[in-house]
Amino acid sequence: MRRVKSDERAQIRLTLNGRAVLGLAEPRMLLSDFLREVLGATGTHVGCEHGVCGCCTVLIDGIACRSCLVFAVQAEGRSVATVESLAATDGTLNRLQRAFREHHALQCGFCTPGILMSFTDYLGRNQAPSEAQLRDVLSGHLCRCTGYDGIMRAVIDAAGPKSEDP
Amino acid sequence: MSAIGTSGADEAHPLLGKPVRRIEDRALLMGRGRYVDDLPVDRRTLHAHIVRSPHAHAIIARIDAAPALACAGIHAVITGEDVRRLTDPFLVAVKERIPQWALAVGRVRYVGEPVALVLADNRYLAEDAAELIAVEYEPLPAVVDARAALATGAPLIHEEAGTNELSVRRFIYGDPDGAFAAADARVSTDIAYPRNSFTPIECFVVVAEYDIADDSYDAIANFQGPFSIHPVMARALRVPGTRLRLRTPADSGGSFGTKLAVFPHIVLMCIASRIAGRPVKWVEDRLEHLQAASTGPARIATAEAAVTREGRILALRFDAIEDYGAFLRAPMPGPLYRMHGASTGAYDVAHLAVTNRVVLTNTMPAGLIRGFGGPQHYLALERLVQRIAAELNLDPLDVIRRNLVRDFPYRAAAGALYDSGDYARAVETAIGDGRLASLRQRQKEARAAGRPFGIGFAAVVEPGLSNMGYLSTLLTAEARERAGPKNGAVSLATVAIDPLGAVAVSADVPVEGQGHATVLAQIVADELGLSVEDVRVNLEIDTAKDAWSIASGTYSSRFAPGTAVAAHLAARRMRDRLAAIAAKQLNVLRDDIEFAGGKVRSRGNPDNALSFARVAGTAHWSPVLLPDDVPPSLRETASWSPPELEPPSPDDRINTSLTYGFVFDFCGVEIDPATFTARVDRYVTMHDAGRLINPMLADGQVRGAFVQGLAAALFEEFVYDENGAFLSGTFADYLVPTASEVPPLEILHIHSPSPLTPLGAKGLAEGNCMSVPACIANAIADALGIADVNLPATPKRLHALMAGPERPA
Repeated sequence: MRRVKSDERAQIRLTLNGRAVLGLAEPRMLLSDFLREVLGATGTHVGCEHGVCGCCTVLIDGIACRSCLVFAVQAEGRSVATVESLAATDGTLNRLQRAFREHHALQCGFCTPGILMSFTDYLGRNQAPSEAQLRDVLSGHLCRCTGYDGIMRAVIDAAGPKSEDP
Repeated sequence: MSAIGTSGADEAHPLLGKPVRRIEDRALLMGRGRYVDDLPVDRRTLHAHIVRSPHAHAIIARIDAAPALACAGIHAVITGEDVRRLTDPFLVAVKERIPQWALAVGRVRYVGEPVALVLADNRYLAEDAAELIAVEYEPLPAVVDARAALATGAPLIHEEAGTNELSVRRFIYGDPDGAFAAADARVSTDIAYPRNSFTPIECFVVVAEYDIADDSYDAIANFQGPFSIHPVMARALRVPGTRLRLRTPADSGGSFGTKLAVFPHIVLMCIASRIAGRPVKWVEDRLEHLQAASTGPARIATAEAAVTREGRILALRFDAIEDYGAFLRAPMPGPLYRMHGASTGAYDVAHLAVTNRVVLTNTMPAGLIRGFGGPQHYLALERLVQRIAAELNLDPLDVIRRNLVRDFPYRAAAGALYDSGDYARAVETAIGDGRLASLRQRQKEARAAGRPFGIGFAAVVEPGLSNMGYLSTLLTAEARERAGPKNGAVSLATVAIDPLGAVAVSADVPVEGQGHATVLAQIVADELGLSVEDVRVNLEIDTAKDAWSIASGTYSSRFAPGTAVAAHLAARRMRDRLAAIAAKQLNVLRDDIEFAGGKVRSRGNPDNALSFARVAGTAHWSPVLLPDDVPPSLRETASWSPPELEPPSPDDRINTSLTYGFVFDFCGVEIDPATFTARVDRYVTMHDAGRLINPMLADGQVRGAFVQGLAAALFEEFVYDENGAFLSGTFADYLVPTASEVPPLEILHIHSPSPLTPLGAKGLAEGNCMSVPACIANAIADALGIADVNLPATPKRLHALMAGPERPA
């Protein structure tokens, strides 16, 4: 096992949104801080730093995780996906993102990246989820602006049978 | 859902009333928002961490920062003495001496009060060093309950003031004593509104820099306004306002009033930068936010009505004790006065007595929180209406109906001018189509099965665009005379057109997430015959360059009746200017010009047209060809200052706001006899906010406010123990509703446009924060047949009501 002293900065290598990246971090640095401050991936937000609000959710090897509850060193060698990975490189929004816009599922947008990443994981693994299941997933996130209704409509829409793309 | 009616788009205004999708969303959905913490900072920037008081009340005997300063990467430790040397105390609204600085000076007065600031190369190092700072405290007795703070011998929060009761004012309108003496019955109720806030998911962030070359400060922060606080900050920093440049970012992660309270931290970081000689950045964490950012004031109130046997209210009395925490932070005590002119709510009541008391305790200072006095006031008034029905054995809905204001405009007893409405129709429409009947049926079934189930109602008048003079009602008429009258509310927006005909808009509303950029684009595009995509809106504020006033900011539902109107006026003036240019070129009369589809054309002969860009370009490229009366500038800042917002009259009548919307709610609440959980079965909310400029965004505001009202009713409370220890420091203790706790909500609208604004739109973002706690409390009272409902109605509280004292087995 790799050992790093508590006051030493170690080089962390990981895959971020499909690209190999590296940066220095002390062992105690949170993944959320590493993403934002070292790698410049500011789309991931920090809302509570104790794992309740869900705002900092990213995918680690495809699984939704609170990046405020993971140390950067734990992501060594892993593949991390953040909200910046969702749209096409030409800026075209994906189906889930489009549904959020269509259903007014965001206001201030601060909690939105975490919610998008949770449902990116969940909808990728569940083909025909029930409304109750989707609500259960959403209940892992705090949103203070919307009252959740638009988000529920968006994820139901995004989980449903595909209509023809615009 | 939304009726169209007068809300709808029409031929002359194709974009008003349309559910236009937000122009803000793309960036936010891609992770490309620009919140303050995302912005690049100067390389020399230091990171700040605040050392906070663990005591509710204590003398600061000594601070030893030497061990912290000896650590590598630590640049400075700043204490109250530095702040006292370099700043003046913040201005407050009362004459009593309650000095407040950006750090505690000599004494701490609540848990979490900032005591020292550590500046380091990064936040991790700053927090390490903070643990090495030795602060010696001499604890003092603390008081956290407002009634206890008023008792003789209570610990004084501010000894210099000599009292914890900073203000008492008694108001009489009409002849309440006569009405009470003559009434068939008197009904009263006591309420206690808890401390809570709506905790935006993004906490406070400040980056500040002192420029020694010209003794000026430059700060960027997710401040929400009002900018009346800018002079408060500049005075504290001992500089003219022009030497405090305050900027707000493109995006902000919610505020709900809370981000007013970033202001003492702006001053603190400004001073820190001055001391350190480098820029300073501070990002508040969640514990800091929960324990010390801001709370809505807790209110203890008695409401009393003089009534006829039939439930007609002849007179009302309110006696409110409002707890503002350890300091009276500007613009407190706003919540006690924001509703003042509309104290009689939706009811036609001529006689009114109000007593307002401002009290301090050893708890976090109160600030702006969405609803701002409305939730507290309507909990008292609407609980009272329910009690009138219960005591007189009437249907609460009939008591509401019997007392509703029916003729508009209506001048309320305490001075509010209700601009328009049709309250009776709103009520009947809401309960119609079987909505109330089916709820009554569900109640019948639940009760038959032995499950407590109640129905609650609430009728609320919702203020929009505050009169900046209302807080002066706090002073006596003589004191107001001496200080000079305060009144009005100025809104500002700017429309500019560039040499290629592209339209830019800026306005006096910092971003909080409501979607104001979209609405401004709708308004301006509508006026200029363009599409929403043609209009670029920038709401990053820079007080050094942008048009702003003391009323500026995103608060008190001022956007639709205020800034939106200013944008409409600016666009209209720009349109007139372009019409004059086009008329000359098209050789038609100015009245014959219309704007549509990116063209400026003759109404009578649409083929006689120029492109919008061509007309606009004339002002830039060919100013000599402009008509004589058209100035060679395509930048127009319009101000909107409605004359109805007069100062308080000598007899203390005050029109507290410009527009008054109406909200009528009813709901069913079932209480689980095993878990004592109150479950909202279904909830109906009816709104009359006049014309809706974007009904999709309007419903978004309603839904957000509804869940915040639900949170206040059932979940959220900042809890202190009797010694002032803070018990709600995580999101596992301070319970924010998740998607699983939110019941179905049905939203209805009718539309009585305001005659006092050119757009007819009223504020609507706070109504449900005001109505929902009262409506749910009324349903719980009905379910359990009880007179007093304390909020939040948690399982613990309901258990205490339902199960009685525990008996030994």
